[in-house]
Amino acid sequence: MFRAEDDPGPSFAALMARAGVQPPVPSPVAGGHGLDITHGTTVVAVRYADGVVMAGDRRATSGNLISHRDMEKVYAADRHSGVAIAGAAGPAMEMVRLFQLQLEHYEKVEGQALSLEGKANQLSVMIRGNLPMAMQGLVVVPLFAGYDLRRGLGRLFQYDVTGGRYEETNYAATGSGSLFAATVVKMGYRPELSANDAIDLVLSALFQAADEDSATGGPDPIRGIYPIVATISAAGFDRQTTESISARFASLLGRMSTESGGWATVTS
Amino acid sequence: MSMPFYVAPEQMMKDKADYARKGIARGRSLAALVCEEGILICAENPSNTLHKVAEIYDRIGFAGVGRFNEFDQLRIAGVRHADLKGFSYSREDVEARSLANAYAQMLGQIFTHEMKPLEVEILVAEVAMARTEDQLYHLLYDGTVVDERRYVALGGDADSVAERIEAGWSDELTVTDALRLATSALAGPDRTLTGDDLEVAVLERDGARRCFRRYTYAEVDAVLAGATSPPTANEV
Repeated sequence: MFRAEDDPGPSFAALMARAGVQPPVPSPVAGGHGLDITHGTTVVAVRYADGVVMAGDRRATSGNLISHRDMEKVYAADRHSGVAIAGAAGPAMEMVRLFQLQLEHYEKVEGQALSLEGKANQLSVMIRGNLPMAMQGLVVVPLFAGYDLRRGLGRLFQYDVTGGRYEETNYAATGSGSLFAATVVKMGYRPELSANDAIDLVLSALFQAADEDSATGGPDPIRGIYPIVATISAAGFDRQTTESISARFASLLGRMSTESGGWATVTS
Repeated sequence: MSMPFYVAPEQMMKDKADYARKGIARGRSLAALVCEEGILICAENPSNTLHKVAEIYDRIGFAGVGRFNEFDQLRIAGVRHADLKGFSYSREDVEARSLANAYAQMLGQIFTHEMKPLEVEILVAEVAMARTEDQLYHLLYDGTVVDERRYVALGGDADSVAERIEAGWSDELTVTDALRLATSALAGPDRTLTGDDLEVAVLERDGARRCFRRYTYAEVDAVLAGATSPPTANEV
């Protein structure tokens, strides 16, 4: 138990500092740019009628090599929010772990979850804390999305390396293939999309990103590896099953090859 | 130079224990029962915002009787202990037994070294995959740990509550049976308790990662009125 004046309150970061447990982040080293750090690539989030859909491809690369085929980049942050990561994989996964724990710790200590706004700000602080590492090339730029129970709507947030937080109204994408993914989403976006249409749209966006960007992985039916897709609504964070995503991909690819011989973009 | 009065250590410990017991006896009791679906924790608590029963970690729950601010401090210390341990090692390494020992240390330390002992009794419960492996630790104000197997009652009225639970006990209790038994045991022969007077939570045996779930007043009332299927909504 802490004395009142140095009680860390509901903050897990402050607790770690008091307890002398430092988050295991490697210290910055000069000239780190030459290292082939494992990188995660394209993630995308789209608002739909009941909330937000988040999706991410599965590829992680080190330089020009594929280091993992089945990396997960979309995580539940808590019951009603999710975080998707792009950038240096090691620090990004550690950031997610700490972020999830911070939200849960707050909820348990305070007896009530943080507001969605509070969660988004919390992530902003963590990204800003990573800035010295980002300057060394270990950039982490996540997307954060969730269902705001107080306002009754899905919201999504994009970040820059300095911790800048940008709320987007309709969609957001980050990572190496994000330009392509965001363009596809932009072309196919309609207000009040249904959940199914929104999932088809993000799958199409990731497919096109993988088609143009070598660091983004496409669907891999041989090994059964497909993008991770989750819906976040009033009912909570719901990760879609591999079976449903593979079926959607099959019909998406079927439409693409019959309608245009595979050359035109079918968005939804 | 004035000499401090000599007080025999036996007398000092006895005085502190009496003081702590008196404080605890003023509050209301609670009970925890191992049942088919998990561990039911049922506390008599007129407040609907100041909780006596709480979540510590994935499979670990906490409950306290006595002085609210004191057991709430212990609850937060437990959350910190568990979250730090889970972060430093792995989520699987967080166990009720080690937490109970940490609490025993804190309580024992305060009991022997501070002027005023804590006027609390606490429960640390961990649900397992099989009911025979569930763990219930009952901690007293002086750091004594009692390891219980089937049920436990805490508070000033604990002995008579425990007797009433024993009288109605069966090894096949479902969660709804357990809730009705706990409620009647807490109420005693002369009172009736309703959902409003109770705070109920369950550590669900086959739940998701976080097993702790609160029952709403309406859910408790439905069970007390005779509903046999446990509430299913998945909210904490």
